[in-house]
Amino acid sequence: MMSDRITFTIDGVEVQADPGQTILQAADAAGVYIPRLCAHKELNPFGACRICTVMVNGRPQAACTTPAANGMIIENETEELTDNRRSIVEMLFVEGNHYCMYCEKSGNCELQAMAYRLSIMVPRHPYQFPDKDIDGSHPDIMIDRNRCILCARCVRASRDLDDKNVFQFVGRGKEKKVWINSEAKLSDTDMDVTDKATDICPVGAIIKKRTGYEIPIGQRAYDHKPIGSDIEEAKATAESN
Amino acid sequence: MSTDKPKVATASLAGCFGCHMSILDIDDRILQLIDLVDFDKSPVDDIKEFTGRCAVGLIEGGCCNEENVRVLQDFRKHCDVLISLGECAICGGIPAMRNNVPLKECFDEAYRNGPSVHNPSGEYPSDPEIPLLLNKVYPCHEVVKMDYHLQGCPPPADTIWAALTALLTDKPVELPYELIKYD
Ligand code: SF4
Ligand code: SF4
Ligand code: FES
Repeated sequence: MMSDRITFTIDGVEVQADPGQTILQAADAAGVYIPRLCAHKELNPFGACRICTVMVNGRPQAACTTPAANGMIIENETEELTDNRRSIVEMLFVEGNHYCMYCEKSGNCELQAMAYRLSIMVPRHPYQFPDKDIDGSHPDIMIDRNRCILCARCVRASRDLDDKNVFQFVGRGKEKKVWINSEAKLSDTDMDVTDKATDICPVGAIIKKRTGYEIPIGQRAYDHKPIGSDIEEAKATAESN
Repeated sequence: MSTDKPKVATASLAGCFGCHMSILDIDDRILQLIDLVDFDKSPVDDIKEFTGRCAVGLIEGGCCNEENVRVLQDFRKHCDVLISLGECAICGGIPAMRNNVPLKECFDEAYRNGPSVHNPSGEYPSDPEIPLLLNKVYPCHEVVKMDYHLQGCPPPADTIWAALTALLTDKPVELPYELIKYD
């Protein structure tokens, strides 16, 4: 029914949404990429990373959690918002230990790809070199908390998609970390390598053992095209048809 | 003879010389580069001290000891534009993996307890010739102001070439997507 459609604008371009859709979902469908890290198509919105922050009628809102509404005037690609996004990504880099040069996820990592898309050459914040731990107890899966960005994708995927509840956060502030539903070790949980939670981590914090460096440099997800180009290209293709 | 050419200086601090290998990896473009510039203090020509003001300084590696800091400060003093070349210069890189291990533990592992260490006296090397280690490895821009950062481990020769030719011909350094890589 046409009258049910919601109409609003993003950077001056008219976008339509179905009732109940978030700004991010409607933008995706319209081929407008709003940068995001914690949002994932198969998961409920969570609002952890704030990369997707846009201006809604002049006020900052997370696009992944805010429902689209008629007449919203949304700014996405402004100099200020882009710089805010850069700053968040830079914080994520300095608050972890990201050694991309040997990371199994490099080239397929959404955090790294976001930094590439935003042309980050150096973080403005000082490196923290925090002390983080690694859990290699599970036969097929490893957790490297040096690279965790606390996006809660694993938490949501395990609970909502795998029906297991393997992951949860513990601690607050800079002590916050992703923990597992056992005394100490991932191997004591019912986590299985075929779980959705295994593959859903945007960075190299949850990785499948014995799969690292399988894809040669040059053929990895973000070697040639920026993150988000799939969404933007879908629009370009639709327009040329 | 070539005094009117701008000068380029390079140094490898706490790095592996991989970034310098990448400079050489510009292949025959090095001949064009030599038309554009003279090399000053650099391991490439083995000139040990600055002979004058340099247009561009390329720094590989971060600062892991007091000598690295002195060299870096000297480069800042002599170079108009100072560039962090590669991950170690930008974020400390592999040497910075010691940053969450206390210094004493690093020394014990290196000079006392390591599996291949033979050191019956248990002494740490303390020759005045050996520069003192810093408490941790510092990225260059946390020690002096750095003007540009070329990412990569090492940065591809094309990245170095694009940045150098832009700087030496007074054009803005604009790298295409495919030349910004952290690995
Ligand atoms: S998780 Fe991503 S950003 Fe972090 S080290 Fe790995 S590739 Fe780099
Ligand atoms: S382990 Fe991965 S999926 Fe889980 S919170 Fe950390 S970054 Fe997100
Ligand atoms: S994508 Fe919206 S807060 Fe992370």
